[in-house]
Amino acid sequence: MTRVSRRTLLTGGIGLAGIGVGAAAVGVGHEVSASTTDAPSTLPFFGEHQSGITTPMQSHVNFIGLDLVDPADHRVLQSILRMWSQDAANLTQGRPGFSDTEPELAGDPSRLSIAVGLGPGAFASPALASRRPGWLTPLPDFAIDRLRPEWGQTDLVVAVACDEPMTLAHTVRLVIAPVRTRTRVRWMQQGFHHGRNLFGQVDGTVQPDARRYDDLVWNDGREQPWMAGGTSLVLRRIAMNMDTWESLDRHGRELSMGRTLDNGAPLTGSHETDDPVFTATSGGIPVIPESSHIARAHRRTDREQFLRRPYSYDVPPSPGSGDTSDSGLIFAAYQRDPVVQYVPVQQRLSDHDALNEWTTPIGSAVYAMLPGPREYLGETLFA
Amino acid sequence: MARRHQVRSAGLTAFAAAALASATLFTACSTDSPDTRSDADAITVSQPWVKALDDVAADGGMTSAFAVVENDSDRDVRIVSASSDVAKTVELHEVVESGGTTTMREVDGGIVVPAKGSATLDPGGEHFMLMGVTKSIRSGDTVTITARFDDGSTETVEAIARDFNGNQENYSPEHTGERS
Ligand SMILES: [Cu+2]
Repeated sequence: MTRVSRRTLLTGGIGLAGIGVGAAAVGVGHEVSASTTDAPSTLPFFGEHQSGITTPMQSHVNFIGLDLVDPADHRVLQSILRMWSQDAANLTQGRPGFSDTEPELAGDPSRLSIAVGLGPGAFASPALASRRPGWLTPLPDFAIDRLRPEWGQTDLVVAVACDEPMTLAHTVRLVIAPVRTRTRVRWMQQGFHHGRNLFGQVDGTVQPDARRYDDLVWNDGREQPWMAGGTSLVLRRIAMNMDTWESLDRHGRELSMGRTLDNGAPLTGSHETDDPVFTATSGGIPVIPESSHIARAHRRTDREQFLRRPYSYDVPPSPGSGDTSDSGLIFAAYQRDPVVQYVPVQQRLSDHDALNEWTTPIGSAVYAMLPGPREYLGETLFA
Repeated sequence: MARRHQVRSAGLTAFAAAALASATLFTACSTDSPDTRSDADAITVSQPWVKALDDVAADGGMTSAFAVVENDSDRDVRIVSASSDVAKTVELHEVVESGGTTTMREVDGGIVVPAKGSATLDPGGEHFMLMGVTKSIRSGDTVTITARFDDGSTETVEAIARDFNGNQENYSPEHTGERS
């Protein structure tokens, strides 16, 4: 019984028409044999939207930022997207990629998703220039930013995520290797997900209602018809200074965030999901300080909502730097229009946020995340 | 082989029927009547790709192409030759080991795709060898590969080139072992 329902879940009944006949046939055979646990370990690759965006967060991620060697040639971009689709359609379902030299590492997909986005540079070709979404431009300069070019905007991003680090590494290899003369890897941002960030704070609490994803997250194709079903990604790398944070006592930490460390409840509530009451005062002083992170980040209009997918990073400090840590947050925000939904919130946080004392944005990039594929990623862009 | 059995035992659920309705695989699969399909109609070629060739020698270069070939018929099907739009000739190769060296050479009698089974053409195994390639094939370029079967029928697929370092076994056209 579980086999049948799993199969339905895996294929979702959508996008199947686009799978090559051979791939579909092979798929049936493998799904029958691939049921060792009850929990579904595969996410669909084909469909209206890419997996890995509204999907419950996987525990490991690697955002790969790549530049095109020849951005003026849109046919190369199209081929790259086709190849990524070939491998992703297999790997996400637990099958080896086309040119997979380690097929034994493909058998445990662990909710693998491979989501692809385009930066402004991907629209450099004359054939694509008019198809760049209007919002796909650099974010405004924020006063708090200390951006380092090595973590900057790239032509392409591939967000690979799953629950198993070996599967992740194998998949990343197959994303990069077949196209290594056509692209250059600028950075990789590896992160891990936990309900809390490295400051111990419960993170990612405020999210749009899932019933409003169609309105707040997914592109409706009004400006660029080819983008319907896609979204935008703002990817920020935020360094967290563990040494200075250490000097702040527990009460001060809670005031800077506006939430308790214990369970992430707002200082005016008792549960994480309680709505904060910014008007509440104690002895004439706001219970949630006006300068706290949640007071500043709280939406002022209905449109100021976006999907937060925060991943922590903790990498070795540069040898010889004398630093005790190189830790922080890979903050991924998804929304239909970053200019309208994300930027006003970020501007307020830049103008003032108590947490700014211990955090520093060092990387920033914006991407048009492709619609989900019926046959291959980016098919509507080239149609 | 195993894969084909799994597809069979899965039965035609609503999903499978929908997914496979258009596949040549299932257009004539009554097991009681003789299978009169051509070899090409009994065969499905999937996952084709070709190894990119960046530097082409003056006298033409060599590279290889790979695919999964499935045979839905009750008889063995044989790929007897192949051609490509980017190569003067295409040979059918296998990789053999002798005396600690692996060498690629032409397969005697072509590549056999067993009845109700499949042949995986992959690096280090059987593959299409593209000879006399006069233009570079860069990652992302598309080439066509046409396989010709025993009965003269053919199947053509488009393969996208990938950067790949493998399949560098010595080639011995005379079947004599290693090349100096
Ligand atoms: Cu060969």
